[in-house]
Amino acid sequence: MQSGTFHSTYAGDMALRPYWPMRIRIILIIAILLLFPWFGNRYWLNLANTIGIAAIGAIGLNVLVGFTGQISIGHAGFMAVGAYTTGLLAAHAGLPMWISIPIACIVAAGIGAIFGMPSVRLKGLYLAIATLAAQEIIIWFLTKGDKFVQMATGDRRVVFFGESLSIPPAANSLFGFALKGNNDFNFYWVIMTCLVLTVLFVSNLFRSRAGRAMVAIRDQDIAAQVIGVDLFKYKLLAFATSSFIAGLAGALMAHYRGIISWERFTIDVSILYLSMIIIGGLGSVSGSIYGAAFMTILPALLSNVSRAASGFMPAFANYLPYIQQGAFGLAIVLFLIFEPEGIVKMWRNLKDYFRLWPFSY
Amino acid sequence: MADRNGASMPEAQMQIDGIGLSFGGVRALSGITFNIYPSTIQAIIGPNGAGKTSMLNCISGLYKPQQGQIRFEGRNLIGLAPHEIAQLGIARSFQNIELFRHMTVVDNLMLGRHVHMRGGVLTGGLYWGPGQREEIAHREAVEQVIDLLEIQSIRKKTVGSLSYGLQKRVELGRALAMNPRLLLLDEPMAGMNSEEKEDMARFILDISEEQRTTIVLIEHDMGVVMDISDNVAVLEFGQLIAYGTPAEVKANPAVVAAYLGQEHS
Repeated sequence: MQSGTFHSTYAGDMALRPYWPMRIRIILIIAILLLFPWFGNRYWLNLANTIGIAAIGAIGLNVLVGFTGQISIGHAGFMAVGAYTTGLLAAHAGLPMWISIPIACIVAAGIGAIFGMPSVRLKGLYLAIATLAAQEIIIWFLTKGDKFVQMATGDRRVVFFGESLSIPPAANSLFGFALKGNNDFNFYWVIMTCLVLTVLFVSNLFRSRAGRAMVAIRDQDIAAQVIGVDLFKYKLLAFATSSFIAGLAGALMAHYRGIISWERFTIDVSILYLSMIIIGGLGSVSGSIYGAAFMTILPALLSNVSRAASGFMPAFANYLPYIQQGAFGLAIVLFLIFEPEGIVKMWRNLKDYFRLWPFSY
Repeated sequence: MADRNGASMPEAQMQIDGIGLSFGGVRALSGITFNIYPSTIQAIIGPNGAGKTSMLNCISGLYKPQQGQIRFEGRNLIGLAPHEIAQLGIARSFQNIELFRHMTVVDNLMLGRHVHMRGGVLTGGLYWGPGQREEIAHREAVEQVIDLLEIQSIRKKTVGSLSYGLQKRVELGRALAMNPRLLLLDEPMAGMNSEEKEDMARFILDISEEQRTTIVLIEHDMGVVMDISDNVAVLEFGQLIAYGTPAEVKANPAVVAAYLGQEHS
């Protein structure tokens, strides 16, 4: 049993992983991340990549909802901005992704800040409805964008967005090196690097001045103002940071899948991301990852189970898709009832149990 | 009027001039005029609903009075946003504790350093380098406040889990971490037992004497007010009915009438 840890420097006391068991754990996780692609098959790599992208998106949403307390149901819209910006740059300007993805993130951050402006006056559910506008306006623009371009150019044959946008494989290059061969394997490294950088950035942000100001706005906005936090500035910064990360997730998805359409970014997706961070743990970076993993693995698991079940229960085969959806909903409800603070809290309880064992009373 | 050393008063640090505030038809404050002098403890007293907290809210920019001026070190505060007023060096604590409940004590106090720090999203997110140096420098300032208020043992505790008295102390600490030139305390001793009150009174006197911070104090405990304050302003129904040293105010018949009621003949 651990009796205490004593730090002799402020830097040590303020470290992200102040205790040695945490450092060992992080090294183990990195080792698993490095070894996984050499053993996993395409199915597992695809699943890992999907989780990675979802985790980046969920961390982005958690910056805004979990840490800053501004509810947003427009997250998929900001992901769409990232996906389409990089898609258009790759398809029409021929830019490689290591240039177009950063541009996409910056554009998403700008759009996010613009749609974050109502947060100055609106809170809670009212703000949620205002972000719904962002969601709908962005999707509307993506479906109708070609009409504007055709009107502007006077040429009815111009197709910019189309029904779906294909990204030329040539765009998938990093600093001049083309990513060829096994797409899942290559993108595993790109996605996991982005995920690790996002995790580091966001963890650092919330142990320093700007991030603290955002959490202060969530906990007590009047007191935050009175100690000198400019509410407008930090709410917009939270929107911009969150959308930047959402844009990254969207852009990675665009290049990984090679084809994008607005249907991947509807309000269902926004709500899916909200449920990821609620189930994983609001205001927690690791919780976002757990939530993303849970919400990606559970449907995959359920569809595997139902496929297996249809073998020996052919009578049920027609109903299995519905049972699958019902089970998904039930799992979420049970989660919210038994651990409303999310997976991150369950993990903490488990750790406490073993740390205090055998004196866990 | 004299400060605690008996010297004659220098120029006022804050001039409150004809403040009038109303909510719809309700007049919360009318024609409030008094001065606050540097390095003194200025008490504001009055029955419930007299407008004491409204007065503080006007100073810290949460309410915008319709009439009058508040000048702090020569600068008019009316129309400034609360965070701009904080940047001028005015800190406050609230009547109902308004701490950041889910953060640790250290993080709450570090937020008090917000106005003195520069780091933004990028320096914070990249952290190693200038961000970390700034955090460490200000952590040292925070540790001094922790020492002064004797809260070393709870520095890593989440504020929401602390007792009421400690939360009040942390809230004072957060205001102190701002290194304010003017400190507004709204009932810092409400709901405390006599031992906690004594501690709090001692902290307030320490701050006043060691850091020469001007303190504006709203308090219901007349014993404390009369003991530690240099000047007292008495409000009733949104009007200033008396102003002076504790002894002068105690002898003022209007004050006695406000507190004890008046005999109707």
